[in-house]
Amino acid sequence: MSKKTDRIISALLLVALLVLAVVLDKTLPTTHIALTVLKKGCIWSLIVVSMNLLNGFTGLFSLGHAGFMLIGGYTFAVLTIPVADRASVYQYYDGGIIQFCVPMIVGLLAAGVVAAIMAWLIGLPVLRLKSDYLAIATLGFSEIVRAFFQWDTMGPITNGSNMLRKFPSLPSLLFAVVASGICIAVIVMIINSSYGRAFKAIRDDEIAAEAMGINLAKHKRMAFCISSFFAGIGGALFAMYQGTLQAMTFKTALTYELLLIVVIGGLGSVTGSILASFLYIACSEWWLRFLDSEMTIGGFKVPLLRSGFRMVVFSIIIMVIVLFARKGIMGDKEFSVSGLVNFFKNRGKKKEVK
Amino acid sequence: MDFLSKNLPYLLAGISVGGQYALIAIGYTMVYGILRLINFAHGDIFTVAGLVMIYAMTVLPLYISIPLTLIVTVVLAYLVERVAYRPLRSAPRMSVMISAIGVSYLLQNLMLYVTGGLAKTYPTIPFASNTITIGGATTKVVTLITPVLTIVLVIALVQLINHTKIGMAMRSVANDFETSRLMGIKVDNVISMTFIIGSFLAAVGSLLYFTNYASVVPTSGSMPGLKAFVAAVFGGIGSIPGAVIGAFIIGICENIIKGLGWTTFSDAFTFALLIVVLIVKPTGLFGEGAKDKV
Repeated sequence: MSKKTDRIISALLLVALLVLAVVLDKTLPTTHIALTVLKKGCIWSLIVVSMNLLNGFTGLFSLGHAGFMLIGGYTFAVLTIPVADRASVYQYYDGGIIQFCVPMIVGLLAAGVVAAIMAWLIGLPVLRLKSDYLAIATLGFSEIVRAFFQWDTMGPITNGSNMLRKFPSLPSLLFAVVASGICIAVIVMIINSSYGRAFKAIRDDEIAAEAMGINLAKHKRMAFCISSFFAGIGGALFAMYQGTLQAMTFKTALTYELLLIVVIGGLGSVTGSILASFLYIACSEWWLRFLDSEMTIGGFKVPLLRSGFRMVVFSIIIMVIVLFARKGIMGDKEFSVSGLVNFFKNRGKKKEVK
Repeated sequence: MDFLSKNLPYLLAGISVGGQYALIAIGYTMVYGILRLINFAHGDIFTVAGLVMIYAMTVLPLYISIPLTLIVTVVLAYLVERVAYRPLRSAPRMSVMISAIGVSYLLQNLMLYVTGGLAKTYPTIPFASNTITIGGATTKVVTLITPVLTIVLVIALVQLINHTKIGMAMRSVANDFETSRLMGIKVDNVISMTFIIGSFLAAVGSLLYFTNYASVVPTSGSMPGLKAFVAAVFGGIGSIPGAVIGAFIIGICENIIKGLGWTTFSDAFTFALLIVVLIVKPTGLFGEGAKDKV
């Protein structure tokens, strides 16, 4: 199959997905579980891809993603709550000190920019560390951020540990698809540029990369900022999806969850991350739901089934993947139409040989 | 004098918490010293110990519950090592760390399932839960037991490491994996032993730690776990005295910060300290430097 037809088919597939999103938006009732899953899946894809950019493509083992999502989410929420509603949201802080409101898109961009600026500042000291020290330092940083946002003195801006609400919520599935789609496309373009190749070189061998004239500090910082920028936007979208925002959501467990999705999809594969995000969200929110409720089949009560069992099964599946399929769904390869065709052709051939 | 009497409760609490962190930190530092792995599941094993104690006390008397808790914790840690870490021994370090995170996730969900997401009340242990008054500060007896017990256990551990055959094997494996294997040391057994010792101390720590608190929830071990890790890094990872000193410093500082009315930042302080230590002296107080080999 030539490159051109491959591209055309891929483009057609994307258009078909968009059309499908519009159709689902129009036909399904707004509370349908499929819509919820797809919306959350889109947002999660963006966040997971941004994490993969750092952990899978640049080889920086960072566990601070929840912190950047929190910064993004809060920036968005604080900037976009309508002035009229501020008095009721900030009821303990006399309406807060910010008395203006920006359009949604500006809020989203601001979320990314603020997260990226924070990443730059944190990157100055932290990026000098390596592997597990970096992991712990970034993890610690995200805990500090969480404490800071819940701090009472910050109340007039962040509403302390109270909930933020009444900011714009996610208008439609299409919006989630387009917003995440654009962001992921930008990430893919960065990965395919010369910067992306430098990132991969750093991942594969830092010392060799440095010897080839790649400025390590500069490129690491760049990857860190870009990743955080999109994590910030992802955090803002997540806030929109939820409708309310609380710093308690962004615990270390969230980062762990994101990291596990990255691993399931394959470190270093964008399409793998997207696939894994949708699978993960669909399983945890929808397909495995039945495990949480008691069930009787023909008078026989199925044992073990009760609230919480779903997550146990789920984490066992994850452990099996981590232990026995270490490369995840896609390894470090990308999904492509010609790849899929070749996969099936080769399978056919192997059978013939036998 | 006024300052002292005002801050004595916090200082006492700090020493006590420091001792508990120290017992957890030893598990981190020993495992890291040998496997170069941050055992993210260690904090959750600590919580499991707390829950086992709760369930054991509902049906069994105290003198059976405590040994049972210790044994279950040790067996669990051994199993975790066996199932989740050993198959990945030759894999990249990152894979093992991811596996550790996966185990932590699994244990938390398992505890959530077993407890049904409800906070379980920790039983009162006779004598240790009694309150006493020292210099005007009221506290539980466990506050006084902790530092003493911690120091006794640490001394015993140091003796074990310096003067027994298994201790010598541990030092050798920590130094060089391959050479130890060539010298006829069963590396896997030594690693299992490390996990067993680490989790035993964590179980003791959990008995002491949760006596001070009313209840246990599945996530209540993750924060002390992370702090103990910070203590291990602060003291120089791989060094046992370092971990103990680091843990006491963190425990005391944290409680003094609480005493000053900055409770929100008592957790953040630990991580700020970590970042400062990593930047100024990444090898910690007593750690050995490592060089990059090309």
